[in-house]
Amino acid sequence: MTTVPQSVPREAGRIRSMVDIYLSTARMAIASEFQYRTGHYFFLLGMIAEPVIYLVVWTTIADQQGGEVQGLTAGYFAAYYIVWTLVRNMNIVFGAPYWEYRIREGDLNRDLLRPVLPLHYDIAWFAGWKVVMIVLWLPIAFGLSLVFDPSLSPRPAEIVTFAIAIWGAYLIRTMLQESLGMLCFWTTRGAAIFDLYMTVELLLSGRLVPLPLMPDWVQEISRFLPFQWAFYFPIESLVGDLSNQELVQGLLIQLLWILIGLAIFKVAWRSAIKRYSAVGG
Amino acid sequence: MNAVRVSWLFLKLGVLNELQYRVNFFVSLMQAAIALVTGLVVLALVYSHTEELNGWSKSELLCVLGVQILMGGAIKMYIQPNMTRLIEDVRDGKLDFALTKPEDAQVLVSVREVRIWQAVDIVSGLIVLAVGLSRVTTSFGPPEAAAFAVSLVFGAVLIYCFWLVIATVAFWVVNMWHAVELFDGIFQTGRWPIGIYPTWLRVSVTFLVPIAFAVTVPAEALTSRLDWQTLVLAAVFTVVAFAIARWFWRYGLSKYSGASA
Repeated sequence: MTTVPQSVPREAGRIRSMVDIYLSTARMAIASEFQYRTGHYFFLLGMIAEPVIYLVVWTTIADQQGGEVQGLTAGYFAAYYIVWTLVRNMNIVFGAPYWEYRIREGDLNRDLLRPVLPLHYDIAWFAGWKVVMIVLWLPIAFGLSLVFDPSLSPRPAEIVTFAIAIWGAYLIRTMLQESLGMLCFWTTRGAAIFDLYMTVELLLSGRLVPLPLMPDWVQEISRFLPFQWAFYFPIESLVGDLSNQELVQGLLIQLLWILIGLAIFKVAWRSAIKRYSAVGG
Repeated sequence: MNAVRVSWLFLKLGVLNELQYRVNFFVSLMQAAIALVTGLVVLALVYSHTEELNGWSKSELLCVLGVQILMGGAIKMYIQPNMTRLIEDVRDGKLDFALTKPEDAQVLVSVREVRIWQAVDIVSGLIVLAVGLSRVTTSFGPPEAAAFAVSLVFGAVLIYCFWLVIATVAFWVVNMWHAVELFDGIFQTGRWPIGIYPTWLRVSVTFLVPIAFAVTVPAEALTSRLDWQTLVLAAVFTVVAFAIARWFWRYGLSKYSGASA
């Protein structure tokens, strides 16, 4: 009985200092990454080649077939792949290959000395970076809209959902990639597995095509996997025609996958860190 | 002919060097397999919704994919490693080592690196190409084969010229890290018939980044679409681009003051 009144304020203080760590790390990231805006711009420009190619291919097919492919119009494709660029950006996280680097270069030794898990710094730093990327993305989205003429008329509820869902996507992908990164504690040749993962993700997330264009069995499988909730759902929440119930449902499924990913990461981290022994420093 | 001798020597050296790392062969094999499967899945997906894309059938587009993989392999094996090394050397001040040698500097910086395991892509591209070709109904004889070979060489030289210009920019702009990603992204446009792109993009990937000449034109030669005017244009453009690239390289070099010493 006596422990309860003590632990409540301690818990509150812990949360407050955690929020503090997140905010300061994110602020540092914003300041630091904004310096490299030219470099980031080149990166963004290189990135839009991929969706522009998909967009042109599907628009061509839509035009050949009298305006639409399976009910999806050229305007829809344009909107889909323009919003795609932002969602793709939110999907770039502290990826599994970086764990290999972090372990090899000994950066992990430094990270381990800090009082909180490296995961927290990763999430906070990339979250700050995302803010910079969103700002840089806006002119590109504007330019693409002028060229490709998207049909986009979201309801307020869809805009709100989208604003939340892109961060949900960010967290889902962070959890999955960080969990996958734990493999680096066991092998130095994770690259092959990461490539395989990226391919499965490419096909099942909606990055390649809007999922309705996939064969039915693929759609069925991908419903039970996390990938589309980090990619197709955020795009569709803004571009598509989801009901309010579907929007809320989508956000809840995102939350579910974040928690599942976090659980996997925690289990993997616990056994990974036991195997780790620092070299050099 | 000294240039050829030097290139050959560097090639032998590079091969010996790479042969030490045999596991990389399997990594390349795995990556090539993944890339190939992805490419085929995308193709199957597109043609499950349509019979033809801008007048190209599935088998013909398989040829395009084959040429794109083949050319991509050649670029990653020989052109890109040399050019990224050039960019890095300018930044680190190591370019002076190449410049002080008694040989044409452009030849030296263009032949120093070779990644032989990328040959896996060349082989996989050839296989895709052969499969595509066996299903194409148009005739394929010695004239088509010759036109294909010639246009492939023009394409490779053009890509080299493009990369040399980009790498030369490093004399002024040190921050060129994203050049590779930028190029890899744009190179993917080669997977599809160039005719589907809007005009601004089509012109860009023909003359600005010569992907149309590197992939589409050879693929057109394979599928009997190539007219001799295009081939002549490719030849003229290759000569002009080579002259421009060489001039720009020398101009950049004359502005280069060295970083070390």
